[in-house]
Amino acid sequence: MSQRTLELGFSGHSEERRVEVPPDAPPPWDLRSDLKVAGKPHPRLEARLKVTGAARYTADQRLPGMIFAGAVRSPHAHARVRRLDLSRAKKLPGVLYSEAYPQREVRYAGQAVAALAAESEQVLDDALALVEVDYEVLPHVVRTEDALAEDAPAVAGRRNVRQGRGMRRGSLRRVEEAHARADVVLTREYRTQVQTHTCLEPHGSVARWEGDRLTVWASTQATFAFRQTLARALGISAAQVEVITEHMGGGFGSKFGADAWDVFAARAARATGRPCFFMLDRRAEHLVAGNRPDSIQRCTFSVRRDGKLLGAQVTSHGTAGLGRGAGVLNPAIYAFEATYSDQYDVLTHAGSARAFRAPRHPQGVFALEGMLDELAEAIGMDPLELRRKNDPHPVRQAQYDVGAEAIGWSRRKPSGSSPGPLKRGLGVAAARWAHNARPGTAVRCRIGRDGSVLVANGSQDIGTGTRTILAQIVAEELGLPLAAVEVRLGRTRDPYGHGSGGSVTAPSIAPPARRAAYACRQRLLAAVAAALGCEAESLSLREGRVHGAERELSFAAACGLLPTESIEATATGGPEDMSYPSFTREVAGVQFAEVEVDAELGTVRVVKVVAVQDCGLVANPLLARSQINGGVLQGISYALHEERILDARTGDMLNANLLDYKILGAREVPEIVAIPFSVANGRTSTGMSSLGEPPTVPTAGAVANAVANAIGARVRSLPITPEKVLAAIAEAERTRRASDGEKKKKKKKRIF
Amino acid sequence: MSEERLRVSRREVLKGAAGAAAWLGVPAAARAEGEERAPSWPGIRRLGPGPTPLSFRLNGEAVTIEVTPRTTLLDALRGPLGLTGAKRACDRGACGACTVWIDGRTANACTVLALDVDGLAVTTVEGLSSGNALHPVQEAFVAQDALMCGFCTPGMVMSCAKLVERGAVDEESLREGLSGNLCRCGAYPHIFRACQEAQR
Ligand code: FES
Ligand code: FES
Repeated sequence: MSQRTLELGFSGHSEERRVEVPPDAPPPWDLRSDLKVAGKPHPRLEARLKVTGAARYTADQRLPGMIFAGAVRSPHAHARVRRLDLSRAKKLPGVLYSEAYPQREVRYAGQAVAALAAESEQVLDDALALVEVDYEVLPHVVRTEDALAEDAPAVAGRRNVRQGRGMRRGSLRRVEEAHARADVVLTREYRTQVQTHTCLEPHGSVARWEGDRLTVWASTQATFAFRQTLARALGISAAQVEVITEHMGGGFGSKFGADAWDVFAARAARATGRPCFFMLDRRAEHLVAGNRPDSIQRCTFSVRRDGKLLGAQVTSHGTAGLGRGAGVLNPAIYAFEATYSDQYDVLTHAGSARAFRAPRHPQGVFALEGMLDELAEAIGMDPLELRRKNDPHPVRQAQYDVGAEAIGWSRRKPSGSSPGPLKRGLGVAAARWAHNARPGTAVRCRIGRDGSVLVANGSQDIGTGTRTILAQIVAEELGLPLAAVEVRLGRTRDPYGHGSGGSVTAPSIAPPARRAAYACRQRLLAAVAAALGCEAESLSLREGRVHGAERELSFAAACGLLPTESIEATATGGPEDMSYPSFTREVAGVQFAEVEVDAELGTVRVVKVVAVQDCGLVANPLLARSQINGGVLQGISYALHEERILDARTGDMLNANLLDYKILGAREVPEIVAIPFSVANGRTSTGMSSLGEPPTVPTAGAVANAVANAIGARVRSLPITPEKVLAAIAEAERTRRASDGEKKKKKKKRIF
Repeated sequence: MSEERLRVSRREVLKGAAGAAAWLGVPAAARAEGEERAPSWPGIRRLGPGPTPLSFRLNGEAVTIEVTPRTTLLDALRGPLGLTGAKRACDRGACGACTVWIDGRTANACTVLALDVDGLAVTTVEGLSSGNALHPVQEAFVAQDALMCGFCTPGMVMSCAKLVERGAVDEESLREGLSGNLCRCGAYPHIFRACQEAQR
């Protein structure tokens, strides 16, 4: 163990901490570290492949003899399959393999009843159309509030409403006591919609057998979990399976383990002895490949006139379709005196939810931040002031200042005071996330006698830039330029890495990468020292050269002195790199939005968003800005446009395509000021924090608050459509008139 | 080649086919099965239903392949022609991931029938760079990090290159010109910046 003093925190707010650094581990980077490659804005390594079309995604695999698979899907939300006849389909020349799933009931529109594999996609299409299915349509329920009704059809078991573990928290008694001491107590209902992931690359895989070994190219954000689940489903050992994910076209939480279609592809490939391709079409993407649950949140919050938040009580119901996990993050973030939340999953006849970028967070924060603004309005306090008073996070406190300055918060006018039909408004909301550096990721670093450096890990780059960050870390540790390091990702024969969930990837992969490089560096320097007859401690590696007391030599020349063809080290993230005391407990972020609302048409245009996001030590500001922009834009899309619409009558999705399921496009992009906020939290040896998810947490809340500020009326339901905006304005108008009427009546009384 | 022809979408083709069948009083199934039963008009070449020859210029080279009439340009490119740069993300003209140039104009390859490019010149993202030298838009995409997962990128690059060529890189033109290209990752701010950089 060696003692080190670190400077932790952020600029203008730092402190010294003494830590013990284990032997064989590099000391953690902190505010004083003078980094040359890590933390710098390098373009991503695979960018060239991606802009030229050379990057091969799963859907781009074209293997000799490859066959194509697809499924017949139920158009009904709930039905019994009376008859399922594949005979005509199977007779079609070119149909090679089929499976029928004559389960007694289908329970959501889109559920597969049969699957086929054929010579070509065209034969497949023809064959799918020849499968005959007779359905006996059964009663269904697809909307959350309908499923709550006493006489709603039961979806599974007797009750549609379920409460999972951890879905009741806090103390109701203490919240009620807090409310009793409050000056203002408000009860409001907030709603959010179901959102589908809409990854541009569909789900799916290509399977190929060679003897009893299976190779699968998969569009997955978790190569190892995919391998595990696929092997289990096929009844083989994971060691027989190699999963390859060189590039993937988006996952956002919907692409972890192997799915039914992947298992089918592997079985079809085994049965026919030919590689099999199975990618979902866009309709199936919307129906069966996951979604973000909706929510109905009844909130009772209270505040003292001086702005002290007292009680927060939330009852929430949401549907994850046939799945579970519809809880919301509400209350959270602010220091309430007492909180209580009681949350329920509501079963419906719809495709199951999956994790979706910051599960539970955007929906909860939308309601939470709306309630905060309503309380601020009620006590006549500036909403930012209310947050400052109640936010315990030191980083967010600093971020409020940065963001307020960048958006020009002082321009904010009282809600509803914007004149004319085009009304401007400003809103603010906060983000939180856990510091998700998780032990267990292993990274191998190899230095060749020819001067080559290879870093390998078997997990995937979901689009965040993992490959680039890995190269930066290793280049930094070896004192090399980025271009000298080659990275191999996305093959399960390489060392283990976690799935890209919880924003764990960069924070978990960087520390072992650094330690593996550190170990190689020590060994390289030892070899050089032996060859030169000096002490290894007297040597250092920087700017592509080995520097000694008397002489220096290039990195390549130094590698030439290695006694073996290469040196190699594998490090696994563990206590030695990732359990130092942390400066902060959570990742912090704040966002400010400016909107323009057309009060006559009800349309909302987001004009500007300022996003200040804690990144830990910023791994790469260029990529960090991309992540922040992406989180913000998905957040706006969620706030204003997206909604899965299930037809209550037929149970089918009415907008299962990219024309009618509206996601944000180029026209709706506002000016975004993305501010990666660097915090040395000292928890790991590399200091990077989770970044993929937090920037999408507060956006909808900030936009909704800005809309309310603009029009002086609140839309408590997402997406904020023109219809809802006009209804809210009309409602506010009616209330105003009614109260004006009251006042006039009172006045008249006094006169007479 | 006439613009009209390119504007014919798959949906219209299907509508047209159904309409013709109804007018002729021929059941659709019979038409599909018996080629010899279908009537012919003087001066009109009947295509399909089997593999039909198709010749066009692809990234500057003459190519001839055989496709069935229902094959889209996108499937012809990604299948027999082996060019998987253009992506299939929606297959109905909604996302622009399959954007290519046909006789110098951008088009969604998924909504163009392959046989409709007979005699025309098609450029895909693979044909945009020459040898090792990237097109300025590609260079700028790399430098500005105008991509994340990269699945929209080939289509996006093809649309952007056209806008840059036309000098339409002010915010408004970019918003309008890229409204047919969806990026789920939200790379737009960097894409706009890349177009402006490429223009310089
Ligand atoms: S795949 Fe052609 S527009 Fe979407
Ligand atoms: S970069 Fe992923 S869709 Fe555009």
